[in-house]
Amino acid sequence: MSGVIVENLSKAFPKEDGDVIWALKDINLEIRDEEFVCLVGPSGCGKTTLLRIIAGLESPTTGRVIVDGNVVTGPDPRRGMVFQEYSLFPWQKVIDNIAFGLEMRGVGKEERRRIGERYLEMVGLSQFRDAYPYELSGGMRQRVAIARALANDPDVLLMDEPFGALDAQTRNRMQGELLSIWEQTKKTILFVTHSVDEAVYLSDRIVVLTPRPGSVREIVEIPWPRPRDRTSIEFADVRRKVLRMIEDTENSR
Amino acid sequence: MKRQKQKQLLGIAALIIAAAIWQFVAEYVVGRSFILPSVTDVAVAFVNLLASGTLLIDIGVSFKHFGIGILAAIFLGVPVGILMGWFRVADSLLDPIIEILRPIPPLAWIPFAIIWFGLTAAAAGFVIFVGAFFPILTATYTAFRSVPKIYVEAGKVLGCDTSFELIRHVALPSAIPSIASGIRISMGVGWMCLVAAEMFGVSRNGLGYQLWHNYYLHQMPEVVVYMLILGFAGLIIDHIFRHYVDQRLLRWHEGEVAS
Repeated sequence: MSGVIVENLSKAFPKEDGDVIWALKDINLEIRDEEFVCLVGPSGCGKTTLLRIIAGLESPTTGRVIVDGNVVTGPDPRRGMVFQEYSLFPWQKVIDNIAFGLEMRGVGKEERRRIGERYLEMVGLSQFRDAYPYELSGGMRQRVAIARALANDPDVLLMDEPFGALDAQTRNRMQGELLSIWEQTKKTILFVTHSVDEAVYLSDRIVVLTPRPGSVREIVEIPWPRPRDRTSIEFADVRRKVLRMIEDTENSR
Repeated sequence: MKRQKQKQLLGIAALIIAAAIWQFVAEYVVGRSFILPSVTDVAVAFVNLLASGTLLIDIGVSFKHFGIGILAAIFLGVPVGILMGWFRVADSLLDPIIEILRPIPPLAWIPFAIIWFGLTAAAAGFVIFVGAFFPILTATYTAFRSVPKIYVEAGKVLGCDTSFELIRHVALPSAIPSIASGIRISMGVGWMCLVAAEMFGVSRNGLGYQLWHNYYLHQMPEVVVYMLILGFAGLIIDHIFRHYVDQRLLRWHEGEVAS
């Protein structure tokens, strides 16, 4: 059981004049074990902040996050994170990047390499085992970043617009690969994106946030099997519906 | 390729011409070896010094002084730089002290170098240390201040729980290129301090010592030999270090920066 529960969570950032800005207000959310949930919303609605709080990289002003029965108090390798920016350590070879978390846990070198290689194979980059990150394309780097997060065998995988910097074609391919990884590993995934198309293609449920201060506006269930057809009528309908929600909330400001 | 060859040939030609002019001026215009030794005077002095074996001993002694100073600067400058770059409190505490000590010229420390260490290799090493310490400190400090946040956060979510782990596994590797270039600068500064550090008689040998010794003996061709050896050795140290760093430590860095 590796669900994520967000309870009455609010986040305020201090402004220079002593005042505060509320980035998130009263978020309540429950993500089930092995579920794939996307967070969407207008830019600046705090979806990345919410993800960072769940990761433990920032603390909530009020409320709390419970993962697997434990209240989140700081970063933990049991919550894997894939960042939007390229976050691979440039001084390490691909295999050592993937094995980094294992090294921190004190796993021996042999074991580390063995596990690392398994995830390297899962993301299809075995032939780049000894390459340095600068030798990889953007898509490959993010695949390594996913493998690095998975190598820790986390309960939850948090992804912050991981494909945001990729071109459309690469992006579509990465989405397919992510789904196949998800099916193999059965991780709970929380995925932030600004692409509604991506959200509809990937998720079991889409959480739509309102503009700042962000709160949950609606949760859209997508019960269809995968792989999904991006060109189907239902797909377009849901996409339109979600887009309209985002636009409405933006206009009602 | 052809261009490069041409450049090399031009360089060699320029050296030959410069030597010829030097020889001509020394011999026919100045005419006194004490004021300006000629190329041939210097060459003869060089061969004699090499044959007698003193030159090699001098080089060895100077490298010893230099090594003491640089190693001390690295072993102190890097940790202090890390402390100041990573911990705000250490920065606030140490910064005023550093700022007062930094502008003092290394050679101004010579009296205390003698009092504290006597006329020993350590005294010469200390003067070189003072010159080399600050560039290493500053480079380490700056590098630690500018470790990209994304790497620190990635380290945290991957299981670096303590500052020590983050420093050891994330910040330090990310800072190595800057620290290396700081060490390179400090080696240049340290080498400059060498002549003065050996001036006050810490040993009977050493490139800097011999420079002064031969000056007192009015053997100016020998002085020129030591000047040229000092320059040449500095150049070689720099090249070896750069080669080592580029090959061994910074293979990854090459691909990250515009070259």
